[in-house]
Amino acid sequence: MSGGVDSAVAAARMVAAGHQVVGVHLALSKNPESFRSGARGCCSLEDSHDARRVADKLGIPFYVWDFSDRFRADVVDDFLAEYQAGRTPNPCLRCNEKIKFAAVLERGLALGFDAVATGHYAQLDAEGLHRAVDPAKDQSYVLGTLHADQLQRCLFPLGDSVKTDVRAEAAALGFGVAKKPDSHDICFIPDGDTAGFLDRHLGARPGEIVDADGTPLGEHGGTHRYTVGQRKGLHLGRPAADGRPRYVLSIEPVANTVVVGPKERLSVTRIEGIRPTWAGPEREGQWRGHVQVRAHGEAMPALVETNGDHLVAQLDEPCTGIAPGQAIVTYDGDRVVGSATIARASR
Amino acid sequence: MTTQRAYFDHAATAPLLPAARDAWLAATERAGNPGGLHTSSRRVKSLLEDARESVAADLGAHPTEVVFTFTATEADSLAVLGGSRLDPARPGVVISAIEHPGVAKAVDHLDDVRIAPVDAEGLMDRAALADLVDDTVGLVSVQLVNGEVGTIQPVAGVAELAHARGALAHTDAVQALVAPGLDFAGLGVDMATVAGHKIGAPIGIGALLVRRELTLKPLGTGAGQERGMASGTPSAALASAFAAALAHLSSTREQQLGRLREVRGRILGSVAQLADVRVNGPQEDGLQMPGILNLTFSGARADDVLFLLDQAGIDASAGSACRAGLHQPSDVLLAMGRSVEDASSSVRLSFGAEVTDAEVDLLVATLPGAVEQARRAHDPAR
Repeated sequence: MSGGVDSAVAAARMVAAGHQVVGVHLALSKNPESFRSGARGCCSLEDSHDARRVADKLGIPFYVWDFSDRFRADVVDDFLAEYQAGRTPNPCLRCNEKIKFAAVLERGLALGFDAVATGHYAQLDAEGLHRAVDPAKDQSYVLGTLHADQLQRCLFPLGDSVKTDVRAEAAALGFGVAKKPDSHDICFIPDGDTAGFLDRHLGARPGEIVDADGTPLGEHGGTHRYTVGQRKGLHLGRPAADGRPRYVLSIEPVANTVVVGPKERLSVTRIEGIRPTWAGPEREGQWRGHVQVRAHGEAMPALVETNGDHLVAQLDEPCTGIAPGQAIVTYDGDRVVGSATIARASR
Repeated sequence: MTTQRAYFDHAATAPLLPAARDAWLAATERAGNPGGLHTSSRRVKSLLEDARESVAADLGAHPTEVVFTFTATEADSLAVLGGSRLDPARPGVVISAIEHPGVAKAVDHLDDVRIAPVDAEGLMDRAALADLVDDTVGLVSVQLVNGEVGTIQPVAGVAELAHARGALAHTDAVQALVAPGLDFAGLGVDMATVAGHKIGAPIGIGALLVRRELTLKPLGTGAGQERGMASGTPSAALASAFAAALAHLSSTREQQLGRLREVRGRILGSVAQLADVRVNGPQEDGLQMPGILNLTFSGARADDVLFLLDQAGIDASAGSACRAGLHQPSDVLLAMGRSVEDASSSVRLSFGAEVTDAEVDLLVATLPGAVEQARRAHDPAR
C-alpha cells in the first residue's frame, strides 16, 4: 500500500472479496524523509501514514516492511549503472520485477500468505496477463517483465475499472486519499530532476557531441544527461548545414560521445532485445503481434521472432526514439506475451 | 485477526488497572482547578495532595519531593537539563550507554557529555564510571532498570560515587517500580523519574522526585505549579490514578514478583528447544527485572517474528525505537556489544502479574513455531 488511491481501493476490494488481507507499505529508503515530495513521492512518511489510515478504516493489520537495502542494490544502483553504460532504464519495471513481485512476494509467502495484491491496472485470467479496461491507466507494460510463476501469485483487483470509478469508490469508502494526485515521478528522485540526480551520483564526465560522420559539433557534460530522441538542451552553437533540427541518435559510452543527426535517422523498424522473459508460455519462432516500448506508448504491429536469448521485432511502420535499456513488451492482442531489454534499434 | 489479544508489551505501557480507573473517574468528575481558593478547588487540591502523599509514601520520599509531570520524558528533561545547570563550574554530565531517549536525547542540548559503557549483560562498568566522574561533572544519570533488557543497575553505588565527587545523581526509575522497586531515600539519589502508565495508571502522569533541598530551573514558563518546576494545571485525577496504581503495587509486590518469575520461566522453557537463542541481560534474579525478557533469535528478523505473533493474537515488540513504522536495530543491544544483525533479531516480551494463563499458553504455544518460520523466511535454505 503506497499511500495512494489505487492500492487503497485494491485493498478494499480484496477485503470485500473475503480474503484475509494484511496491508504492507514498503520502506524503500533508510531515511524516510528523503524520498518525500508532498503528495507526489511514493515512499514518504506522509504516504506511509496515508496507507495506515486506509488500513485502519478497513480494519486490517498494517505493517511497514524495510526493503531499503534491496531497493538500493537492485533498483537505484542498477539505474545508475545503466545510465553510466549509455542506456535508459525504467526503474519502475525493475522495482516490480525485483522488489514488489519478488522480495515482497517471497517474504509474504514465507510468512504464510498466498499472494500479493496491488493497485496496478492490469487484468489476470487463466490465459495470463492482459491490458486493463482503462486504456489511459493500463499498466500491463510495467508488469511485462514478470514471469508466469510470479503472476500466479498476483492479484490486480483494479484491472476491470476506470480510474474515475476507483476514485469515486475511494470517496464512498471515506478514504482520505480519494483525491490524492497520481504520482508520476521516479520515487527516489522526488524533485523530478533526473539529470541533477545523475550528475550528483555519476559526476560530470565531459565529452563530445558529434554528427553521424564523427564530426565534432559541441561538448556535453556527461552522456547520462542525454537520451535517444532528445531534441532540446543540446546547446549546439551553430545550426546544421541544412538548417533542420538535430536529435540524439545514439550514445556511445565507451567513446563518451553523443551522436546527433536529423529526425529521419531516428526512425527505426527493427528492434533487437536481449534476455527475454515470458508472462505465459515461452514463445519461440516467428509470430505476428504488437510491441510497446514505453509505459504509455502505443502498441505497434510487428513481426516478432525469438531465438533463445535474442528477440527481434520487425515493425510494420517505423517509429522513433528507441533507446537501449528500455523494455520492449510483446502483446498478442490484449495479452502480454513477454518482454526483453532493448539492445539496439536500426532501420 | 483475533480480537482477544495476549498482551506482552507491558514495558511499553501496561493495561489500565481497575483501581486506577476508579480513582481517575472519581476525581475527574469534580470541577475545580487545584490552584483555586474556593471550596470546589480546595476539594480537588485536597485530592491532588492526597495523591502526592500516597505516592511519596510508596516511593520512600517526602511529599514535598514529588513533582508531578505529565510524562516521564518531561521529568527526565527537567532532571537532566535542570540538574546539570545548577553549578556553572560543573557543566559535565555522565550517563550510561543504555539510557532511555528521555535522558539520552536530553543530553544532546549539553556540551560536555560523557557516556559510561556497559558490559555484555547491560551492567554499568563501575571502574569506567569512576574514571568519568571528575570535579567538572555536575550530574550523573543512570537508569535503575533498562526497559529493553531488564538489567537492574547498581544505582545506590552510582549515587555514592557521584556524591563523593560532588555531583548530583539522577535515576530514570520508570521501569523499576515493580522490581526492584523505588526507595528514594534509601537509594540516595537526588532525583528520580517515575511514570504511572507502566504500572496500570492511564498514560499522562509522571513525576520527578526531587530532594527537598534542591530546586531545579524549570524548562518551560508559566504559573509556577509543582514547586515552580513544572508549570501548568496539574491533574488531580491522573495523580489519584497513579497513587492508586502504586498503592496496589505496594500491597501485592511479592505475589506479583512470584507471578512474573513463573511466567518468565514458562516462556524460557518454551524456547529452550530452539537453537541459537540468547537471553539478553543478566540471569541472576537480583540483577534482573523478571517481567522483561529480551531474546535474540539469531537468523530471524525480529519484524517477522513480531508479525507472526501479531497475526496469532499476541502483542509484543522489539523494545527499541520505532521510526516510520519500522523497528530500528536496538541501540541498547549494540551498546551491549551485539552485532547489528543480532540487534535486529531480538524481541522483547514484557508482562505484568495480571497476565492470564490463557495468554501465556498462547504465547508458549506460538513462539517456537513463529521463530522457526521467521528463520525460514529470512533464509529459505535453513
